[in-house]
Amino acid sequence: MSLTETMSPGLALSIHRTMVRIRVFESRVEQLFKAGELPGFVHTYIGQEAIAAGVCSALNRDDYITSTHRGHGHAIAKGMELGPIMAELYGKETGACRGRGGSMHVADFSVGMLGANGIVAGGLGIAAGAALSARYRGTRQVAVGFFGDGGINKGTFHEALNFAATHRLGVVFVCENNQYAQFTSRLRTTAVEDLSVRASAYGIPGVTVDGNDPSATYHEALEAVARAREGGGPTLLNMETYRFGGHYVGDAEVYRESAEVEARRWADPIVRWERTLTDEGLMKDGPREAVWAEAAEEVSAAVRFAETSPYPEGGTALEDVFTGATAVPATGRA
Amino acid sequence: MRRMSFGQATVDATRFAMREDDRVVVLGEDISWGGNFGQFRGLVDEFGHDRVIDMPISEAIIMAVGVGAAVTGLRPVASMSFVEFTLGAMDEIVNQAAKFRYMFGGQVSVPLVLRASDGVLRSSAGQHSSSLEGLFTHLPGLKVVAPSNPADAKGLLRAAIADDDPVVYLENKRITAKRGPVPVGDHVVPLGSAAVRRRGTDLTIVTYSVMALHAEKACSELTGMGIEAELIDLRSLVPLDLDTVLSSVARTGRVVVAHEAWEFGGFGAELVAAITVEVFDRLRAAPVRVGAAQAPIPFSPPLEGAVVPGADEIVAAAREVMGLI
Repeated sequence: MSLTETMSPGLALSIHRTMVRIRVFESRVEQLFKAGELPGFVHTYIGQEAIAAGVCSALNRDDYITSTHRGHGHAIAKGMELGPIMAELYGKETGACRGRGGSMHVADFSVGMLGANGIVAGGLGIAAGAALSARYRGTRQVAVGFFGDGGINKGTFHEALNFAATHRLGVVFVCENNQYAQFTSRLRTTAVEDLSVRASAYGIPGVTVDGNDPSATYHEALEAVARAREGGGPTLLNMETYRFGGHYVGDAEVYRESAEVEARRWADPIVRWERTLTDEGLMKDGPREAVWAEAAEEVSAAVRFAETSPYPEGGTALEDVFTGATAVPATGRA
Repeated sequence: MRRMSFGQATVDATRFAMREDDRVVVLGEDISWGGNFGQFRGLVDEFGHDRVIDMPISEAIIMAVGVGAAVTGLRPVASMSFVEFTLGAMDEIVNQAAKFRYMFGGQVSVPLVLRASDGVLRSSAGQHSSSLEGLFTHLPGLKVVAPSNPADAKGLLRAAIADDDPVVYLENKRITAKRGPVPVGDHVVPLGSAAVRRRGTDLTIVTYSVMALHAEKACSELTGMGIEAELIDLRSLVPLDLDTVLSSVARTGRVVVAHEAWEFGGFGAELVAAITVEVFDRLRAAPVRVGAAQAPIPFSPPLEGAVVPGADEIVAAAREVMGLI
């Protein structure tokens, strides 16, 4: 079956553009971090772009996602502007979280991005709560909880699936199985080979998906999102992918051979998608190059925005611990 | 005023909040059944299972669902049953609920109430007898209240549910069944307002929760010894009404700080530090703390009594601060 029978050309190109924007953004973040421009740590999404781009294309703007420590891709795919994300990574006042959160806590509630989360599987129960809230309010919004093959062994994964399944909540649990939980292969930590079988314990559908194929990620998400929206309950999607980078930028990656990484390059989701789009006659060299050039320009503009933005004033460090001005710290020293 | 138990007063407060605001939902273990101490009795009959939500014994998910619902438009009241059970949800309390507003640059509030029963009751032993307010008060982003009587129970719960930030509402097990006068109709006690239960000139006793009741008894005994204590029931630990404490201690020059929680590293240490820093030159004696001895709460009644303080320990501390021991 040709691609255009299942996906409009416009959507196929839009997914491509999102993937490229993520790739260019993350590549620049790597450079900036290595150059010492960014404080803290950064975990990049390179190699996994087909998941965020495909899944978020199946969502409405007011649907919710919860993300992970590797969350820049989700933030971009859900519709956040690049400037505030980059400024957040710099710790600037104009950042999405006014520099209070940084890379691991990028969020924009106005587009349903309920936060990157530095706690593994920390977002799954929050996604379930958002879905409960949506049902109660009668809005038909769906929540997607992104997590990884590390998160699937957390108790909160099981607690969230059980609860969401019991109440048939509109949640889609998207496992980005990038083969490594931090610095350890999932083969050393997880008893089952196919992570989607975990769904059967909770009586919900579980599907293993080629996570580097945007057509697959999009269509499986679309089906799961439709089921969620119609009251059919949650789905577990095990999206198989590969983390091209280390756990974080600067990780020496002593736990794997570089040959292993190189052997996976053939499956680069952007390379594959461009080949598909070209084969299907949807993309020519010129427009493809234009997408990359536009992304580069957009990311450069985001970097300029971040670099020229002010840092937060030290005197504002106690703002927003609580809501409103009446709250005081325990000792009364406001 | 109508006489009712502490537990009934919290049902009253929750019912008021739920009638007033349909965004208020309650969730927890055994909730539609009424809760371990009847703190939710009857709510399901009026509001149904969509608003009175039975949760699995999955503490992390109770809190996480509460956070997710709170940041998307609801005002959840999450019951964690015994306070020890909150430890299974510490990530959700500490890393999610308490930090969301700040970490996300103020773009969202987390209007969530965490209810938990704490304290010692009839040999409940090590894992059902703790007072853990010190864990919660230590964390920026959480408010913490610990009422001592039915009227405050109602008023503080109303304020907690109306508050836009996460509030830990601690209800001591020993006083949940105790009855007292409660205002009929709506009743709100603002967070951060201490109550002066008794005026006195010789020393100040600063306390909260069940220990406020022990302190009332201690004050009567002290009166018999010719000592008049001023008794401050904090009611709310965060925000803290430090002004009321400091102005009292500045007058009396002597202070006893008492709680049922472990003395070592407890909230009382923060109080004594604040008092010492702020009104050091008004102190006429070193402050004395009363708290549990540094052991897990034992099962056997004589051992439990040896670890957990009560009125006798407050009296002894008062006599010590008065220089009589």
